[in-house]
Amino acid sequence: MKTLEDLKALREKLKGDIKVRQKQGTKIIIGMGTCCIAAGAREVMSAVLDELAVRKLNDVQVQQTGCIGMCEKEVLLDVIRPDEPRITYGNVKPADVKRIIADHVVNGRIIEDLVVGKIEQEG
Amino acid sequence: MREIALHILDLIQNSIAASAKKVFLDVNEDEEGYFVFRICDDGKGMNADLLQKIRDPFVTTRLTRDVGLGIPFIAMSTEQSGGHLTIRSKEGVGTTIEAAFLRDHLDRPPLGDLAATIRVILVTNPELQFIVRYRYGNNCFEFDSLAVKEMLGDEIDFSFPEVYLWLDAYLKQEISKVRNDQEAT
Repeated sequence: MKTLEDLKALREKLKGDIKVRQKQGTKIIIGMGTCCIAAGAREVMSAVLDELAVRKLNDVQVQQTGCIGMCEKEVLLDVIRPDEPRITYGNVKPADVKRIIADHVVNGRIIEDLVVGKIEQEG
Repeated sequence: MREIALHILDLIQNSIAASAKKVFLDVNEDEEGYFVFRICDDGKGMNADLLQKIRDPFVTTRLTRDVGLGIPFIAMSTEQSGGHLTIRSKEGVGTTIEAAFLRDHLDRPPLGDLAATIRVILVTNPELQFIVRYRYGNNCFEFDSLAVKEMLGDEIDFSFPEVYLWLDAYLKQEISKVRNDQEAT
């Protein structure tokens, strides 16, 4: 049974984690336009959230963006590790999420067979 | 869209794109034979000209191309299910959308995973005040993200894994409680 009272305990527990979270951490960005949602973006994002929680990757930020115009390759998921190029994965299914997080987010190995784009970051 | 909850997720993206700070979602499983949801936001609203044209797929505010299917999709889905879509909007005040489907119509999509929709919205928009009311008969569940944020304090929000795991479990529990209580009557 979950209640709002649980949040008091969570607040105490998470106090120590705040310092660990940095704004410079890895970002995962998922398209949430109409086309993306119809293609399954919510399920992919839910899988990302669940996997980050299982692995306790508290410093990874999950963000959304609108349609970027590659609707035929949706669901699109971008990974940006600090000081590395922005990698766009296409046709992502919830089943691909574990591999993207384990190989790329954690270990820095790009999964070439899912990549549809690469953008060098400035600065 | 296979689920009404996906239409809701899509329509709330419009509220967020319109810079809404507060979104109210009301879902009623049975309002005199209709399944009804309403989304009310305090975004920048639309002028009369845009409001009149908004159901046209070739009218959109997006920049990547000149087609917008969100509103035409939900309009089509409600009409196929013997319902209607009503949009009211005022520039500088906000927009209210009401979608109604004949509850027992064969073409009415299922509600689907409302908890997943709410969680995705709050994790990616932790600053949004999101108020949800889910009703079925005389049973009702109300949720206000501001109440949760007040419990968590300034430094912790919905983007923390422990918080969104709690949120998912809490929403699923409360939504199914409303359903089970109604179906037991």
